[in-house]
Amino acid sequence: MRKNSILFLAGIVIILALGFLLPWTIRNPFYFFVGYVVLQYVTIATGWNILGGYAGYINFGAAGFFGAGVYLAAFLYTTLGLPLPLCILSAAVLGAILGVLMGYLTLRIQGVYFAIATLGLVIVLETIVHNISALGGASGMAVYGPRPPGWSPGPSQYNFTVMLMIAVASVALARFVEISWIGRGLRAVRASEDAAECSGVPTLRLKLLACALSGAVLAAAGSPYPFYTSYVEPVTAFSLIIGLNAIAMPLIGGTKSWAGPVLGALLLASVQQIATVTISSELNILFVGLVLIAFVAFAPGGLADLFSRKQGRAKP
Amino acid sequence: MLSIDILLNAVVTGILLGSVYASLALGLGITFGILHIPNIAHPTLVIAGAFFVYTFGQWGFDPIFAALIGLAPFYILGVALYIFYSRVFERRGGANVLQSLTLFFGLSLVIEILLALSFGSELKSVSVSYIGSSLKLGLLTIPYRLLIPALLGPVMIAAVWLYLSRTNSGTAIRAVAHEERALSIAGLNPASVKQHAFGIATATAVVAGAALIMIGPVEPFAGRFQIGRVFAIVVLAGMGSIPGSLAIAIIIGVAEALVASYLNPSWAPGVAFAILLLGLAFRPQGLFGAAR
Repeated sequence: MRKNSILFLAGIVIILALGFLLPWTIRNPFYFFVGYVVLQYVTIATGWNILGGYAGYINFGAAGFFGAGVYLAAFLYTTLGLPLPLCILSAAVLGAILGVLMGYLTLRIQGVYFAIATLGLVIVLETIVHNISALGGASGMAVYGPRPPGWSPGPSQYNFTVMLMIAVASVALARFVEISWIGRGLRAVRASEDAAECSGVPTLRLKLLACALSGAVLAAAGSPYPFYTSYVEPVTAFSLIIGLNAIAMPLIGGTKSWAGPVLGALLLASVQQIATVTISSELNILFVGLVLIAFVAFAPGGLADLFSRKQGRAKP
Repeated sequence: MLSIDILLNAVVTGILLGSVYASLALGLGITFGILHIPNIAHPTLVIAGAFFVYTFGQWGFDPIFAALIGLAPFYILGVALYIFYSRVFERRGGANVLQSLTLFFGLSLVIEILLALSFGSELKSVSVSYIGSSLKLGLLTIPYRLLIPALLGPVMIAAVWLYLSRTNSGTAIRAVAHEERALSIAGLNPASVKQHAFGIATATAVVAGAALIMIGPVEPFAGRFQIGRVFAIVVLAGMGSIPGSLAIAIIIGVAEALVASYLNPSWAPGVAFAILLLGLAFRPQGLFGAAR
């Protein structure tokens, strides 16, 4: 474990260094514009997996947390003029609060009710945003993002680097949860909630903690979005494709370990970015839906599981 | 001073809307309430039913008649869905609720997109002679486009309820969720009973779809806004209680109509979920169900 952690830390340092250096070497800002979306989905998939993968509680409402983060960051930045890091931090806090609230209302009963309630969260939040004129209502609001600081050559590159930092922090958080006592407890919850409860695992508290962390990461993933698009409106902020991808990416990559959602997100988001440029976005959703069905039906362990099964067979 | 006629009209509209919601939720009451299969694709199947009725409406068929034609193909569709579902999960021995939720989520997306690709994503409606005029009773004004679908709901619900409670095959459906082994000891095949139940549940979707498209125009993604309502109805009615679901649906309908006329129509979509969340928090066994 120690050696793995050192390797992981080294990986983080290399990736962050690349995040700061690449904008100066690659001139075309379009790559960073696209890369932002891929990193956003890495964060979303990682955040979703903390609850959905480790604890086995499916959250259909990732778009609700994401949208809450988008709107809080946009509101705080345009009206109060808070600096970007504070916007991201407050979005994460709001996501955690939302997660705990929802978990507290529904987690005591059964996973299936939790899943249904999360579907509702998106609609309730979207309805609320629609009705608040300070947030622009249905017509949305324009956001003029911060000017990129000296270490970044342009706005696209700046957003990319900020998103990279959020993504790296999320993956590190997910990895910490996975290898610490929290992950052990959540795996016990996932295997058998009753048995875990009987052997003294504080299941409700663990699930609430997972809800909070997952919600925080999902909302943080949304917080730089207003500066990326310069414009927020309810339909895109609470878009269904976010909720769908949040489930599909970890399921495709594998839900047991932090690497699964990262792999799934890198793969699926890149394919989608190519697809939206070349094919229509409706076919894009159809494709994701079919891939999702195929993986649930035929490869419930995801790509990570397929790989390890192959390795396991090759070794002996 | 709140005028009495606004209140009266809101309450009556709410009751009628609630009756339509009950027919939307009926299929889910069978699949989720009785069989415990979390079929979140059901609202999308209702929209597919509405588009079926729309297609026949284009050829000059009455919506209710078109719905009756649709019963058989939707029954077969439901049986096919169940066979796919059980094949997928049988190999793993027992279905994981969350995996089946994900499966149906993917399925509903695929159905939505296929509808959008074949019909376009704009609103579609049907036109019939009796739609458009209204029934006036003193202070009340009830449009026929709402009254007729609302009468359709209780008729279908009563028929399904009588079937489930009075006939042998209906009793078998209620029994299969409780004790599958006892059913096979009694000489019945649980798989075929479940297929039959899923078929009936899906067949109700086309009638509900007819009701929905008579009330107002429908677009391929409209099912999403019904998910909250139908699950709220089934869960709060107490899983599988069909008369209870009619009562809950009417409560939700009236609450939405009151919110729409006194606050703002744009708040109405959140009402069902708010009721569901409060219900789950304070009375998880449902208002009409026994504790589990």
